[in-house]
Amino acid sequence: MSVLTLNCPVPVAARDQVMLGHGSGGKLSAELMREIFLPAFTNETLARMDDQAVLRIGGSRIAFTTDSFVVKPLFFPGGDIGSLAVHGTVNDLAMGGAKPLFLSVAFIIEEGLSMEILQRVVASLGRAAEACGVQVVTGDTKVVDKGSGDGVFINTTGLGLVPDGLFLSASQARAGDAIILSGSIGDHGIAILAEREGIEFESPVVSDSAPLHELVDDMLRATPAIRCLRDPTRGGVSSSLNEIAAQSHVGMLLDEASIPVRDEVRGACEMLGLDPLYVANEGKLLAIVDSSDADRLVAVMQAHPLGRDARRIGTVNKSDPGWVTMRTVLGTTRIVDMLSGDQLPRIC
Amino acid sequence: MRYIDEYRDPKIAQALVDKISSTVSRPWVLMEICGGQTHTLMRYGIDELIPRHVELVHGPGCPVCVTPIEIVDKAVEIASRPDVTFVSYGDMLRVPGTKSDLLHVKAQGGDVRIAYSPMEAVKIARNNPSRKVVFFAIGFETTAPANAMAVWKAREEGLTNFSELVSHVLVPPAIRLLLNSPDNRVQGFIAPGHVCTVMGYWEYKLLADEFHVPMVVGGFEPVDLLEAIWMLVAQLEQGRAEVENQYVRSVTYVGNQPAQRIMEQVFEVADRKWRGIGKIPASGLRLRPEFAAYDAEKIFGLDNVETEEPAECISAQVLKGLKKPVDCPAFGSTCTPEHPLGAPMVSAEGACAAYHQYRRHTSSLACPL
Repeated sequence: MSVLTLNCPVPVAARDQVMLGHGSGGKLSAELMREIFLPAFTNETLARMDDQAVLRIGGSRIAFTTDSFVVKPLFFPGGDIGSLAVHGTVNDLAMGGAKPLFLSVAFIIEEGLSMEILQRVVASLGRAAEACGVQVVTGDTKVVDKGSGDGVFINTTGLGLVPDGLFLSASQARAGDAIILSGSIGDHGIAILAEREGIEFESPVVSDSAPLHELVDDMLRATPAIRCLRDPTRGGVSSSLNEIAAQSHVGMLLDEASIPVRDEVRGACEMLGLDPLYVANEGKLLAIVDSSDADRLVAVMQAHPLGRDARRIGTVNKSDPGWVTMRTVLGTTRIVDMLSGDQLPRIC
Repeated sequence: MRYIDEYRDPKIAQALVDKISSTVSRPWVLMEICGGQTHTLMRYGIDELIPRHVELVHGPGCPVCVTPIEIVDKAVEIASRPDVTFVSYGDMLRVPGTKSDLLHVKAQGGDVRIAYSPMEAVKIARNNPSRKVVFFAIGFETTAPANAMAVWKAREEGLTNFSELVSHVLVPPAIRLLLNSPDNRVQGFIAPGHVCTVMGYWEYKLLADEFHVPMVVGGFEPVDLLEAIWMLVAQLEQGRAEVENQYVRSVTYVGNQPAQRIMEQVFEVADRKWRGIGKIPASGLRLRPEFAAYDAEKIFGLDNVETEEPAECISAQVLKGLKKPVDCPAFGSTCTPEHPLGAPMVSAEGACAAYHQYRRHTSSLACPL
């Protein structure tokens, strides 16, 4: 039984409108998938619910994924919507173990956007693609009325090649596996929030937006025992782990003390009443790996600049299928639930 | 991180647990007033750490939860108007009224915005003179000074397009109601640290003396709460009923007097309805008559709003500490954070929501790291 069905969610049919929370990556998003999208597009590949589809075409295994970027502000410390649109899709391919090769890019531009801003976004996107070794090979442009967009929205679709014999999926976690996190959490979400709300820190919080395919390449070379990779973007670490726990019918126990959070991010979360476990990342990954290979994998990750702070944060278990729990710093346990919608800042 | 880590230190926490264990000789029932404290207790499983016969029950101190449904309905109605920009603290947006909530108003095209401070709403009013900007001024004594300051500032600037929908509540009258109740079980209170930062704790001394019940002003971190529990248990075991201050790094006896002055200048004490509890005399604040021009209830003329609450919910008993959230048959089945039936499930700081978020697992969690 999955964690999603344990919570007795209200059926989407009972809601007559799409809410912002339906795009949060939490329970409402899962409801939308389950009630609206999956029934309409039933097939075996989609049913796996991984971040990318892996398809055999001719003699090759092709990873195929798509993602849309609607970030506000368009430019933020550590990146912009252009570089993010490349990193997000490259990372979704990388989480399937694919070598990213080609991207399509579609722009939905709001009437009135300054040419200078568009040029900066496009140039950044081009640089990011080049740095990742992927080519933008096709695209599309649409312009919508002033007020019908938010500057610019970008969709990217990615293609990559998956080596034969490699099969990574959120349905493969097994009791006893180690849960590994590549570094500190919440940097992207807090960087965006701080920029949007004008919150200043002694040392600024910078988005972790980065392409992870080279780190993944090092990891896959180090061990064949990796069962699943996920990049914990919207909804944060908590949502990704809850999805894996649900799809693999396993439980998870995390160790709170081992989860790295930068002081500035912690401070902002304390101040705003947010939990960093639910805050978005754009340059981090979670790996589920056979426990016997965990130490070796962590060492290999730490040797890569994007995995410097990698560590084991928990263990997969079989005692509570579908539940993610956490040993707190005080030694007690609590649930790490999937949020319903977006985290809302608390009143006091 | 300084001022955080030392208050979550497992060794200090364990030392306090040991002190509580060696002090307690019989069962006691303690109540934390504030929802922020409830949240910490559940998140860190503090009730699992302390001896079983020290029972923690959870008070009515979640401002989002106790905001009456009439006010939520009024907020929904005001926010739905095309000429209004409605500004609110984030966690009020999800609170269900009779038919809708502010998130749905937003989805239908209402201009509903989240702010971290009421001064942001004043700024929006200043920059958008053609919009009627309404701030949802709810909360305990903690948020009242800032909400008062926003009205003061708007008047000072001569803004005519800013108003507040006010539903402030006060903690001491709610404690008095609990203590006067014939079925009261609570023998000691952890008083709310943030409220006392503003108000001081002299009011709690009056309550401790009158009802002969110990009160300890507590903070919000695990070590704060364990220390407050220990101080309360020590008082109870020794037969004392005093007011003590655990949260000394933030709270003084007289509180923040400039903050109290601005509250006093802008607001006056009034009867208030508490969601899940009912009307409590002199338990809230409203704008003084001289600030009527900033009173959204008066401006938008919303006197008769018909409301309806779900009947299944036992929130009145939960908020009085008579029942635990898990005692409710609807808990986790028909009542969830996605579909709350009652006040304590609507905000993360409500007792039912805190239990649901952190503690609804019951099976053993034996797998070691």
